[in-house]
Amino acid sequence: MVQENGKETTLALKLRVWRQRRGQPGAFEEHALAAVPTSASFLEMMDMLNEQLIKQGKDTFAFDHDCREGICGMCSMTINGMPHGPLPGVTTCQLHMRNFRDGETITVEPWRARAFPVIKDLAVDRSAFDKVIQSGGFITVRTGSAPEANNIPVPKPVADEAMDAAECIGCGACVASCKNGSAMLFVGAKINHLNILPQGQAERDRRTLAMVKTMDEAGFGNCTNYGECQAHCPKSITLDVIAKLNRDYLRARVKEFFSSTGKPSKGGD
Amino acid sequence: MKLDPKTPAGPLADKWNNHKAKLRLVNPANRRKYHIIVVGSGLAGSASAASFAEMGYEVSCFCYQDSPRRAHSIAAQGGINAAKNYQNDGDSVRRLFQDTIKGGDYRAREANVYRLAQVSANIIDQCVAQGVPFAREYGGLLANRSFGGAQVSRTFYARGQTGQQLLLGAYSALSRQIGLGAVKMYTRHEMLDLVLVDGKAKGIVTRDLVTGAVESWSADVVVVCTGGYGNVFYLSTNAQGCNVTATFRAHRRGAGFANPCYTQIHPTCIPVHGEDQSKLTLMSESLRNDGRVWVPKNAADCAKPAADIPEEARDYFLERKYPSYGNLAPRDIASRAAKEVCDEGRGVGQLVDGKRLGVYLDFSAAIKRLGEAEIRARYGNLFDMYENITGENAYKQPMRIFPAVHYTMGGLWVDYNLQSNIPGLFVGGEANFSDHGANRLGASALMQGLADGYFVLPYTVTDYLAGEKPGSRPSKDAPEFQAALKDVNDRVAKLLSINGTKSPRHYHKALGKITWEKCGMARDKASLEGAIRDLQALRDDFWKNVKVVGSGDALAPELERAGRVADFLDFGIMMCLDALTREESCGGHFRTEHQDAGEAKRDDAQYAHAAVWQWTGDGQLPARHTEPLVYEETQLSTRSYK
Repeated sequence: MVQENGKETTLALKLRVWRQRRGQPGAFEEHALAAVPTSASFLEMMDMLNEQLIKQGKDTFAFDHDCREGICGMCSMTINGMPHGPLPGVTTCQLHMRNFRDGETITVEPWRARAFPVIKDLAVDRSAFDKVIQSGGFITVRTGSAPEANNIPVPKPVADEAMDAAECIGCGACVASCKNGSAMLFVGAKINHLNILPQGQAERDRRTLAMVKTMDEAGFGNCTNYGECQAHCPKSITLDVIAKLNRDYLRARVKEFFSSTGKPSKGGD
Repeated sequence: MKLDPKTPAGPLADKWNNHKAKLRLVNPANRRKYHIIVVGSGLAGSASAASFAEMGYEVSCFCYQDSPRRAHSIAAQGGINAAKNYQNDGDSVRRLFQDTIKGGDYRAREANVYRLAQVSANIIDQCVAQGVPFAREYGGLLANRSFGGAQVSRTFYARGQTGQQLLLGAYSALSRQIGLGAVKMYTRHEMLDLVLVDGKAKGIVTRDLVTGAVESWSADVVVVCTGGYGNVFYLSTNAQGCNVTATFRAHRRGAGFANPCYTQIHPTCIPVHGEDQSKLTLMSESLRNDGRVWVPKNAADCAKPAADIPEEARDYFLERKYPSYGNLAPRDIASRAAKEVCDEGRGVGQLVDGKRLGVYLDFSAAIKRLGEAEIRARYGNLFDMYENITGENAYKQPMRIFPAVHYTMGGLWVDYNLQSNIPGLFVGGEANFSDHGANRLGASALMQGLADGYFVLPYTVTDYLAGEKPGSRPSKDAPEFQAALKDVNDRVAKLLSINGTKSPRHYHKALGKITWEKCGMARDKASLEGAIRDLQALRDDFWKNVKVVGSGDALAPELERAGRVADFLDFGIMMCLDALTREESCGGHFRTEHQDAGEAKRDDAQYAHAAVWQWTGDGQLPARHTEPLVYEETQLSTRSYK
């Protein structure tokens, strides 16, 4: 028996959920779900739906989720057209049913983006993000070769700004919310985190050029400053990381141009 | 079962350096001829895989998530300990060692714990160089905060998400190696068996979770860093996918499982709200720096709003019982104290099944002293998370918290080199048993995962490989691989074919109810014996009546869960048996028969050992072996935080 504010509260819902097999076209399926406690999380509501489907002998809806505390970045549902649902600054797993009304119809879809193909139902393939990081989203430091930590002072405002960018959980809501399917908020956050730290200076230009190149190759669209990504980012990453990415990219390209040897660039400085 | 800890001789402070000097090396040109499999991509897995690849080995890394960055190390909030003594408050390697071994209630291996304290400082150096944005002071140097079980400030942190930042650091190092082609990364792959050839670990069998393909992989050495088994309790702070399968499959192939009954119940989690709950959310222990824990003195006040209970009617029970550590008492002690007051009927919050299971964590004094803005700066994200989940504003009314399963100290038995009793099988991070004894202190899990991954395994695995001929690993056509492949395929087919009436989640919930009630914060002989009988019956029922929907050739979350629950059922029996046979109380293992007025009563004469369990076959109880814990420089004393 669940009580919230002294009395039990449950919802009856109509759910339109996306069903798709890999490489095949998909469609919505409609299901009714009764007695959903308002204290349940959105994913717990999806668990209830799946348990109901098992009782009916039907296949469950596959969806990605893991930590269920808003940090692993694995959960990824477009709820009523909004990645991670209607609340600002939360992931799907932290959205609770008290934010919905009794009798409401809820539409649940996967991330919609060219670079994130559907694997099954609500689960998509986001490995393009990993490829971007593999191309340059790091500071090269072999295990054991690091200097004493306090030999690298970092002014607190710089550390705080790096931390703001580093909060990105790599969920992909920015891409899913963007009309162009652009990954600029993600890549901007990653580049900004490393490019403003003193430790990240040695590879700054090289990193920027390589990550942007990989981003373009992975099929993400261009940024045209809609700002939807900022509105749907569960970690409230702001558009200025994109401005700084553009600045660093321009800086790197200009330097590349003036230091050109006439040989084709390998994406480095 | 042969259990040689291989602890090096000599004074504690010199053991690791002397040992390192004796470990064998592999010539750089030969390293690429060795293939290392790393299972798991959390702190220990990512850090070791990246380090091996930097050294020149051929590495394959496997994880069940869609990206290595999502491993559950990411959820650690509070911080990471290191004996840097930046705060000039008397910290040292020796003191971090002493706090950790005392925190573990003298049930950890002394030499391993000392090494952990020794390499702790290198970890901070490594992470800072990678760009981990630790909190800093205005002078640009690193900041620290205090954490439970210590009287010095030695914890480094990155807001409330230290785990994510450290994992992103290790993941970036791993990603660099993947980009260079030195690590082959297999995401959405689950390890379902270990392959032994001539008694040595030589490979694994995995299932591709997207296509359902079951495949075997041959290697010269296997490193398992697959985390803990907290989800045997169903509700825990672990991620949904955390499981015991990789370590339990290795156990079934002969690896000893040590101290499964050592489980950590974390005192500051958001209380259970209902039957359909899937997960308990941790509120960082760092909150206890500024929050005061209390319940009403009178049970009659429990239903009233906190604001209506006057100061003199509040019982700040941790400050009352443990005046010198107060709200920063270690986790096992704080958890038990909360359970005690709730058992007395003084719990607060909503009624769930007729009980109020919660205590207040109150920030009003800190807000008065420091201002709301400062509290927001320190813990803002945690307060937001609390409000999302409960709908309550913790700046205006106290948080409600209750203990929940958080971490497991037990794991596969390893020697000083982190090698299990199966040659060629190494185990790092939470998956092994060695460093935290019967209770882990806050901010020590991240330290251990990275210590194992960056600074221990690269040396000890190299030493092992130096004894293996380059290019001698078996072919995947070897009969051992074929047999393991068949076992896994048969098991998957069996799970899909039962077609009973109850879902895997039904069994997982039933399992959790038994383990939490009978092998949770307090345990006794009769209930543990009952738990073993109940679990055996549940296991039999599972294999007759489970219904697994989906198909074997696509993403099938129900099949994944069914396989994990099946292993948890066998594992749960072993955990209860371990709790039953350890006739003492220590750390997180509290046997109600063995106590001094509510405090754990150890029996060092009988139980100063690690209990190591050996698989004896399906349906059989495992066999118990012991490794005596030898203390050369530590005086075993009664742990007191009063």
